[in-house]
Amino acid sequence: MSSLYGIREYSKIVEIKGPLIVVEGVSRASYDEIVEVELSDGTRRRGRVLDVSKNIAIVQVFEGTTGITTTGTRVRFLGRPLELPVSEDMLGRIFNGLGEPIDNGPEIVAEEKYDINGSPINPAVRAYPEDFIQTGVSAIDGMNTLVRGQKLPIFSGSGLPHNILAAQIARQATVKGEGEEFGVVFAAIGIKYDDYLFFRKFFEETGALNRVAMFVNLADEPAMIRLVTPRVALTLAEYLAYEKDLHILVILTDMTNYAEALREISSSREEVPGRQGYPGYMYSDLASIYERAGRVHGKKGSITQIPILTMPNDDITHPIPDLTGYITEGQIVLSRDLYNKGIYPPINVLMSLSRLMKEGIGPGKTRDDHAQVSDQLYASYSRGVDLRSLAAVVGEESLSETDRKFLKFADLFEKKFLSQGIRENRSIENTLDLAWNILSEIPEEELTNIKEEMIKKYHPKYKK
Amino acid sequence: MVVKGRISRITGPLVVAENMTGIQMYEMVKVGEERLIGEVTRIKGDEAYIQVYESTTGLKPGEIVEGTGSPLSVELGPGLLGNIYDGVQRPLPFIAELLTKTSPKRSIFVERGIDVSPLPRDKKWHFTPGEIKVGDKVSGGDLLGLVQETELILHKVMVPPNEFGELTWIAPEGDYTIVDPIAEIKSNGKVKEIYLSQRWPVRFPRPYNLKLDPSEPLITGLRIIDTLFPMAKGGTGMIPGGFGTGKTVTMHGLAQWSSANVVLYIGCGERGNEMTEVLERFPTYKDPWTGKPLMERTVLIANTSNMPVAAREASIYVGITIAEFYRDMGYDVLLVADSTSRWAEALREIAGRLEEMPAEEGYPSYLASRLAEFYERAGRVKTIGNPNRTGSVTVVGAVSPPGGDFTEPVTTHTRRFTRVFWALDTALAYSRHYPAINWILSYSAYVDTVSEWWAKNVDPKWKEYRDEIMDILLRENELQEIVRLVGTESLDESDKLVLDVARMIRDGFLKQNAFDPIDTFASPKKQFELMKLIIDYYRKASELVHSGIQASKAKEALGRLYVDIVKARFSIPNDKIEMIEDLRKRTLNSLDGLKSKEVKSA
Repeated sequence: MSSLYGIREYSKIVEIKGPLIVVEGVSRASYDEIVEVELSDGTRRRGRVLDVSKNIAIVQVFEGTTGITTTGTRVRFLGRPLELPVSEDMLGRIFNGLGEPIDNGPEIVAEEKYDINGSPINPAVRAYPEDFIQTGVSAIDGMNTLVRGQKLPIFSGSGLPHNILAAQIARQATVKGEGEEFGVVFAAIGIKYDDYLFFRKFFEETGALNRVAMFVNLADEPAMIRLVTPRVALTLAEYLAYEKDLHILVILTDMTNYAEALREISSSREEVPGRQGYPGYMYSDLASIYERAGRVHGKKGSITQIPILTMPNDDITHPIPDLTGYITEGQIVLSRDLYNKGIYPPINVLMSLSRLMKEGIGPGKTRDDHAQVSDQLYASYSRGVDLRSLAAVVGEESLSETDRKFLKFADLFEKKFLSQGIRENRSIENTLDLAWNILSEIPEEELTNIKEEMIKKYHPKYKK
Repeated sequence: MVVKGRISRITGPLVVAENMTGIQMYEMVKVGEERLIGEVTRIKGDEAYIQVYESTTGLKPGEIVEGTGSPLSVELGPGLLGNIYDGVQRPLPFIAELLTKTSPKRSIFVERGIDVSPLPRDKKWHFTPGEIKVGDKVSGGDLLGLVQETELILHKVMVPPNEFGELTWIAPEGDYTIVDPIAEIKSNGKVKEIYLSQRWPVRFPRPYNLKLDPSEPLITGLRIIDTLFPMAKGGTGMIPGGFGTGKTVTMHGLAQWSSANVVLYIGCGERGNEMTEVLERFPTYKDPWTGKPLMERTVLIANTSNMPVAAREASIYVGITIAEFYRDMGYDVLLVADSTSRWAEALREIAGRLEEMPAEEGYPSYLASRLAEFYERAGRVKTIGNPNRTGSVTVVGAVSPPGGDFTEPVTTHTRRFTRVFWALDTALAYSRHYPAINWILSYSAYVDTVSEWWAKNVDPKWKEYRDEIMDILLRENELQEIVRLVGTESLDESDKLVLDVARMIRDGFLKQNAFDPIDTFASPKKQFELMKLIIDYYRKASELVHSGIQASKAKEALGRLYVDIVKARFSIPNDKIEMIEDLRKRTLNSLDGLKSKEVKSA
């Protein structure tokens, strides 16, 4: 959108409420228009129009309303929605939550300017994601495969190693047969300074900083900016992917902080709440972020999204993980039990899922036995876990011999297959062979998810 | 008379316009300089409340709002099949094509204010007039002629429902576009031109002659559905399930394999990639019933989760109106809506902006009546018009209950208006038992009505076997409770056998791999034979157990046959069903050995 209407200034503020100010006497303000608020002491803040009537506009002030007075404050309507100037040079740079550089680097020379809200990708031009990304993490590659163009969140809990896992994925992710590394767009949404530092150091140490663009809104910065940060990051990602042919990995952390900010603005507007006080439109709102991922026909680049969210109270049915799970193409769930057992990565594979896995695996992509091995791992591990709770009640002795083998399998699965080092990068062949090794612990006739020919081809018993 | 007013307020997808006296409720309007599409949802004095189907960013008070004089309608005619539309029937591929010319950098997005007609104006269709003659009295639904729309579907050109009179001209066989007249009807001295296409307002059900009882099953190739919880042609069903339980895979399965002539797939507030999947895969899949590409019988409506929320509300009405149109031609139509919860949320969002009084969980109080209206548009009917035709619309809606909680309003209300309940279960999904349809919670009200069809077309004993499978599964469920407390040791031998056979049923019958070329679709005959294989084994083993043999011995006697039984679903294709009979004989024989051995040792 161009600035057709020019800049207009008003000073009649009639109400201040939470992060909102109500401005009267406004003419021709437009919905979602960006405004600049100048306080009587000359400091400037930004905001945007949430509701506009004939002469009244309700403006959400990003930096909060502390110190704003009804007199002496001037509100300038800038005649355009919030836009991000984009350029390929933004890789390697650090920005604040609104997309302005904060690393004292040179000014960004914009190649284009885009509305940060983006537009929905036309479903008819999308290309179905099917390129296998090897992350080097067995639980992901083997059982919850990530593909290029997917949105696969990490559902974590406070204190769990989601940052380490996300960083490991960012470092190790490659597409088989292509040496090309991913460009990374990183959005820090209301996270603690040390979490930010962790990522920054990590990118520096791995020499990846020049292919990373960081957008940073820290925990002590204004909450309203959190509603903007992921959109700014994705606007750059879209530009890099669809106009500059780059493969982009977007990490958004922590989406829980985003949702909290959304609830705050909704309640100050006195909207009818949905579940647990979150606004009824939270699903659509989250979708307007998560859906900005994918591949399209006729463009080389792609956007793969890894949003991270911490589940309040580790509760997966909480509205934030719940709505996210309905939008994203699966989820990687971290488990406190496994973490306490000392297992890294503590991925609860039974609760995890990759919806796009089936198209990304198989002959020519990974290996012909991949799908069946994965099914079998799931079936056997879940049986083992069920038996664990049964054994806790009736004692291991009263289980049948077969059942005891499944118990043993579940332990092996966690210790041998799931567990790996923070810097351990396993190839997919490695992961699958490891799977066969532990599957050979259970009787062959119990491998009901695997076809005969695959057993003959890969089972350690026949391989010698 | 066109009503013209001006915007007085904008809040999200809701726009209020003043000076709108004379506007109709639910009239379609064009909003602002970009002429965004909207619909009037409330009138108060001279103010009209409008839900806008496109993003309202940048709209300003004072911009013009113009009425169109008619309610939101769809264009119905040849060219619908194989197409993909957004929630207000704009063809998405054309939008992409158009943008490639006007703003190539933005061509992958759906931009605003694009006005394209749903059906191509320049495409010529070969029209063959029917038996009707000039001078005949005709009325709504009467067949005028035929157009081969796709290889699969013969499009019946009908007199629009509300027209009647004397046929004064009909076009000779030839090629026509949808804007060329193909007939003329004279009534009350006025001559009206009839085209290959017609328009119909989406919020009004298309008329039919008589509603019939659904009696024929809609075969889906999914064993747990066809055998345990069958759907009938013209029936209604719901699939509730938390995320990751496989709603979409099940919906795709239904759209892919079911024995319908035409399939409407509505992606309502769901993922973009899911629509892409249908769009990319369906042209390559063959319809199991005719061998033709599936896309030739499919219409897609895609309003993904990030597309404007008001259009999501409209999308299911657009879909069902198109479904009724093909029903009127005498076809069996299946409509799947994924997900009706997102539709209900759209309703809630709009109601919230209108500041209506909320009922449960913020949903408007008319949620239940809207759901009822929607599902009531399903049914098997005798259509209007000559010659006599019977058609059906089967409606299956996915429901996405927050937190997997089936007591939330959308699930509970939908339950009241649908007759088949396929409950997806998180625990089953976690252990990768797909389809994760919980056999304890699910039900179908059509079991008895369709059993006649099975008896006639597959096997007279279908119902008997089917009920026995259900009994075993219910018994297993009770036993599981006991096992959880005291373990399996203390169970009766006959109960142990039930547990063994129930596992066999789960692994060898209920589980079905949608991605395995053989397993993905099971013919009715194969379903029956697999069921018979397991139940006959159970019956015989049961006798042995009653005569004092341990349940574990019965399982041991099977040896490798056990693996063959549970793998039969994906190792024996539909065209080699005799192999199942062979397996059944070997299975029963293996138990014979057990009997004689036991007798000898005694």
